[in-house]
Amino acid sequence: MPALDVRDLDRSFGSTKALEGVSFSVEDGELFGLIGPDGAGKTTLFRILSTLLLADRGTAAVDGFDVVRDARKIRERVGYMPGRFSLYQDLTVEENLEFFANVFGTTVARNRHLVDDIYRHIEPFRKRKAGALSGGMKQKLALSCALIHKPSVLFLDEPTTGVDPVSRKEFWNILANLRSQRITIVVSTPYMDEAILCDRVALMDDGRVLRIDTPDGIVEGFPGPLWIARARNMHALLSGLRDDPDVESAFAFGDAHHVKPRPDAKDPAGLARRLEERGHQEVVVAPARPGIEDCFIEMLGRKVSA
Amino acid sequence: MILRYLLEKEFKQIFRNRFLPRIIFAFPCVALLVFPLAANFEVRDIRLCLVDHDRSHASSRLVRKIAASGYFKLSRQAPDHRSALSSVESDESDMVLQIPPGFGRDLVGTGTSRVTISANSVDGVKGGIGSAYLSGVVAGFADEIRQEIHPEPAGAGPGRIETVPRLRFNPHLRYESMMVPALMVMLLTMICGFLPALNIVSEKEKGTIEQINVTPVGKSTFILSKLLPYWLIGLLVMSIGLVIARLVYGLVPLGSLGTIYLFACLYILAISGFGLAISNHSNTMQQAMFVMFFFVMVFNLMSGLFTPVSSMPEWAQATTRINPLSYFIEAMRCVYLKGSGFRDLQPQFLALCACALVMNGWAVLSYRKTT
Repeated sequence: MPALDVRDLDRSFGSTKALEGVSFSVEDGELFGLIGPDGAGKTTLFRILSTLLLADRGTAAVDGFDVVRDARKIRERVGYMPGRFSLYQDLTVEENLEFFANVFGTTVARNRHLVDDIYRHIEPFRKRKAGALSGGMKQKLALSCALIHKPSVLFLDEPTTGVDPVSRKEFWNILANLRSQRITIVVSTPYMDEAILCDRVALMDDGRVLRIDTPDGIVEGFPGPLWIARARNMHALLSGLRDDPDVESAFAFGDAHHVKPRPDAKDPAGLARRLEERGHQEVVVAPARPGIEDCFIEMLGRKVSA
Repeated sequence: MILRYLLEKEFKQIFRNRFLPRIIFAFPCVALLVFPLAANFEVRDIRLCLVDHDRSHASSRLVRKIAASGYFKLSRQAPDHRSALSSVESDESDMVLQIPPGFGRDLVGTGTSRVTISANSVDGVKGGIGSAYLSGVVAGFADEIRQEIHPEPAGAGPGRIETVPRLRFNPHLRYESMMVPALMVMLLTMICGFLPALNIVSEKEKGTIEQINVTPVGKSTFILSKLLPYWLIGLLVMSIGLVIARLVYGLVPLGSLGTIYLFACLYILAISGFGLAISNHSNTMQQAMFVMFFFVMVFNLMSGLFTPVSSMPEWAQATTRINPLSYFIEAMRCVYLKGSGFRDLQPQFLALCACALVMNGWAVLSYRKTT
């Protein structure tokens, strides 16, 4: 039995379709990523899975329990960390943790081992009000509170958005640890570099799941080669690339432009030569290994032209 | 058992709030110390403009008697009615007393005479009560004269009826005696109505309700955890009110304190349940505040707090039957002034029970963990 089984979920808000025919399943103990831009429907999906919102159509089951019929059972076995910090800001760190253990009918002492790894980072501030914590510490406290009742499935809605890079890295180390304790984790993120840390990811956009695969699988599925291009004037280079007959698409990507050549294009050297002939200086064009973000942008491009 | 932890959390939040504990103490003190003293229906220092066309011994005796009553201040003597009215228009006088020529002569000769009283009734209370006072004084004066002309043993004259009103339960018609018990009800309405109305919706605004909604906490348990703190706060406010009524106004309920607390317990449940239901239906604190304000205003004005229910039109009287305030105010006044016991107040008790059940049932049902 999969830990999570989602079938054909639809949900609209007025005329906006937040989810359209979303289906996927997550295995027990898997770290599953939902990747997609703002407005892709990730939060709506989480809210349905954690029994806060009803779907218009379709079914979802957590550990075999239906999210509508067995909502009470699900609440006992799910930990949910919303995107927006929603612990009691006027209670201290310690009081929040105790409160959430108690309302689930357990105690901090009993499940301390589950959160030890995270909680020791914030324990020095246990007498501080939750509202007075820094962003990264708030996220650690929220994760501790979501975990303290020993859930079998954890839903994390953009836990690292607005968190500094060091804390982000720490946070993902913690998730990896939790996975080794056989807790199923579904995590959403807008950051592509976090996607490769998941066992499998679902690429979402505009209420639909575009693709589900392992990060490697998604990268391997990238159609054709990918080149990167640099020149002295990067801005001019981008329009130069887009005008070239060998180039299907080109976009800015950090310190280099990523170029998808046409299927009949020959080699990067030819493109570099043509660009220099047209006045671009210090041109470098080289083949590169596509990343998840390239796959995502490529898929979005295909959707738009389809 | 989970209820205990929820309650602990609620109380921590209330006591950590900088504002709430202070207002809970300050509000009953201010309301009970200021309102009854400042806002009452007693009318004094009515400015009277006199138009005396008679200028006789009798007319000056009447004027002296009016001045001696203590309610009136002679603001002006006017030569005619028209200039007297213009002094009312320019707000120099509140009332005009016109004594016609031949007033003294007619009074002594025929035993009857007329005077004209005109009152500015822009402030209806002042106009109405003022002219009633003045008529009273004039009537008293007429009796005096009659006695002097035809002395007769009191009450023995033919065809004369003398009425002596005896006021039961509030013999001196003290305004505080009837208002202070009712103001305590208003206090409970404000504190135990508004605070719960703002509570749940504030958890919605802060987002904390999401975390509660994913826990197995039951709907009734949650509502109960929101209700009980205000119940205790309400009983505390009530006790402060009873102490102030005793110390400041010397008011002691003729009936038992037990009856008062029993009704207070029920009433707080009803009004807090109402507040929680409003909170459940609101998305922002602003919304909850205004909706609550609307209802509390209507409840207050239509409860018999300021004006008697029996003088309302029939449709308005019908609305007081679903207004929990009107039952509690009635009960409070009866216990304080008449010494009514629980047996006398059974209809009010049952009505409040019904209100409490309906409001809290509504509060539990309107709380949704899933949208």
